[in-house]
Amino acid sequence: MMSIRIIAASLLSLGMVVGPSGLAAEGLSGAAVQVSNRDHIKIVGSSTVYPFSTVVAENFGRTTRFKTPIVESTGSGGGLKLFCAGLGAHYPDITNASRRIKKSEIDNCAENGVTEIIEVKIGYDGIVLANSRKNPKLEVSLRDVFQALAKNVPIGEGGLQANPHQTWADINPDLPSIKIEIMGPPPTSGTRDAFVELAMEGGCNTFPFIKALKGTDKAAYKALCHTIREDGVFIEAGENDNLIVQKLNANPDAFGVFGFSFLDQNIDTVQGALVNGVEPSFERIADGAYPVSRSLYFYVKKANIGQTPGIAEYMQEYISDKASGDEGYLADRGLIPMQPAEHDDWVDKINNLEPLTVD
Amino acid sequence: MPDYALNTSENTRRRHIKEVRFQWVGRIAILISLGFLALMFIAISVRGYSVFEQTHIQLDIFFDEAHLDPSGARDPEMLLIADYKPLLTTALQRRFREVQERREKRRLYKILSRGAVFALGEMVQKNPNLIGTSQRLWLPASAEVDLYMKGKVDVSLEEELRRLKNKEINWVNQLKAQGQIKKKFNTRFFTKGDSREPELSGILGAVIGSAFSLLVCFTIAFPLGLLTAIYLEDFAKKTLLTDLIEININNLAAVPSIVFGLLGLSIFLGVFHLPRSTPLVGGMVLALMTLPTIIIAARASLRSVPNTIREAALGLGASKVQTTFHHTVPLAMPGILTGTILGMAGALGETAPLLMIGMVAFIVDVPQGITDVATSLPVQIFLWADSPEKGFVERTAAAIMVLLSFLVLMNLLAVFLRKKLQRQW
Repeated sequence: MMSIRIIAASLLSLGMVVGPSGLAAEGLSGAAVQVSNRDHIKIVGSSTVYPFSTVVAENFGRTTRFKTPIVESTGSGGGLKLFCAGLGAHYPDITNASRRIKKSEIDNCAENGVTEIIEVKIGYDGIVLANSRKNPKLEVSLRDVFQALAKNVPIGEGGLQANPHQTWADINPDLPSIKIEIMGPPPTSGTRDAFVELAMEGGCNTFPFIKALKGTDKAAYKALCHTIREDGVFIEAGENDNLIVQKLNANPDAFGVFGFSFLDQNIDTVQGALVNGVEPSFERIADGAYPVSRSLYFYVKKANIGQTPGIAEYMQEYISDKASGDEGYLADRGLIPMQPAEHDDWVDKINNLEPLTVD
Repeated sequence: MPDYALNTSENTRRRHIKEVRFQWVGRIAILISLGFLALMFIAISVRGYSVFEQTHIQLDIFFDEAHLDPSGARDPEMLLIADYKPLLTTALQRRFREVQERREKRRLYKILSRGAVFALGEMVQKNPNLIGTSQRLWLPASAEVDLYMKGKVDVSLEEELRRLKNKEINWVNQLKAQGQIKKKFNTRFFTKGDSREPELSGILGAVIGSAFSLLVCFTIAFPLGLLTAIYLEDFAKKTLLTDLIEININNLAAVPSIVFGLLGLSIFLGVFHLPRSTPLVGGMVLALMTLPTIIIAARASLRSVPNTIREAALGLGASKVQTTFHHTVPLAMPGILTGTILGMAGALGETAPLLMIGMVAFIVDVPQGITDVATSLPVQIFLWADSPEKGFVERTAAAIMVLLSFLVLMNLLAVFLRKKLQRQW
């Protein structure tokens, strides 16, 4: 009985003493963090660039006197929103993006005082359409991909109908007669954006009358080319690409849409479909032959260079040959490096700290 | 004991059968749920147990002064930025003299983890006297070699479908024959923070992050919840207002946790400008979430203290505050603590609100305080599950094992408190 009372009383008093005093201290140090400069770089942005940025951040932290940057995965759009919210230690120094910054985002940045932004291109990423190795490799054209996935597909010259294709052979007799089943990322994902823009729109443009529509009615063109069917053929499988790979192993008839780095890591169980006759390989994405590839970027606040220690050095690490070069450690992780001439161009730009100009 | 006099009627027999049937349904239900639990534990353990061992390669390293510190000044700054990679390449070269071609040398070097370089750097910085000496060291192998040593590489596959090629396997087998490669206990997993190299990553950063968050959560939620419960139970008059508060507390307990995360994002980060991604904010959000649980548990156990105790204390001249703090609260404390621990266990497993306040981040350094950026255990599991590298599969499972063991420990503590300290009236 006595012991319970002692325990209870001591716990209670601990709670009461630590509670308020702890809070006061927390509040103070919280304020201090905000006023003074941070000692580490803060990075937000794309989940596609995240695996590469974290590797650079770790190497940078271990081989320099600077602290390891903190990398947060928020998605390209979310990252740019945080990035553009203002200047100062409270906001991130760098944001990753799996697409280029938009004009509206540059304007938003400028409104909040972020006027000088340095753009850094780090390389390319291929988006693959993969299936299990238990089934034969698929060979498709972008036109086939569009016809497999679009909500509405053309009928004859100029007409449209709800997508009737149930098997691959319905689209093109050369394709196997298995049910179309494609797992891919949700609309919030940058990979989905890029897939829709490159693969779907690419296939869409092979119909001359739709291509002509682009000039006359852009909204209708976009609605037609960018809308994925909702009758269960396309399955939104979430942002976790490992999960898609596992599901492909369980269902050899299904296909998955994900980034090249996941194909690279799981090459023992899944294979990428040839698109327009081109294999999704490291070399073919790098030389631009593979049609579904996009550029990856990060954006830096010029005003923060010299404020947060290490930003310039981090940029140098990222763009160095040992990281993003032809045989750099990022290539080991599945990043497709730029051609040497383009790489050199970007090195020059970064050495001069050239800010992005609105064009 | 069967009652023969009653057992004769048909009706009784049917009732008896019904009872037996019901008991069996209950047993089967328990069996099925236990089966699922066992399946989950086994599946996770089978995937995760291999993390506790890590492959290491033995090499003779010569700490060449000409490479590391040509000036001989032993300046710590210089030792930090010195290039330790050549030490490894020369050591590997001496071990495998037949490897001559440049591309092949690069491949040979990759059987070691990138962490081997960092390990050498750390050793020299700790003990600069190593420079100029030769040491026989066990260095971490790369994740791919590690998977091979653990039997997780299918050697029967065609070479081009494997990340580990025949050459590398041949080198590893040569080392194996000489006893220069072996699996050792993986201390790194328990003593380091996150890393993008599976073989270098550890769980400590996440554990400490969780511990700090829970500490903040406890220091806020426990006193607040306890005092609220005491006031509502023993002091407040029953009015419309207290009824309203009670209903709201019960409602709050049912609010999905992501909503608390959004609240934290807009209030703690947006209005108060507290530092993002820190256990301070994480703990505050979790405190909001556990507060109703604690209040409800505390009220229930205060209510279960018999009124005779209060009346006896008041009758002997104790004031109301004395009655509460000398008698009611200590007697209710085991129940209150049980409720609190269960609430904290729930908070430990929570991910959704932490996503909103930026605790999903890649953080290498182990946090030192509540205002350092940090992740937490469930978030670490989420991050590893999402990593492309195969080596993270076992790490994800192992992290789940760590999280589950903490949860089991907390629940055991709750059971212990209930069994040992609870009074029967």
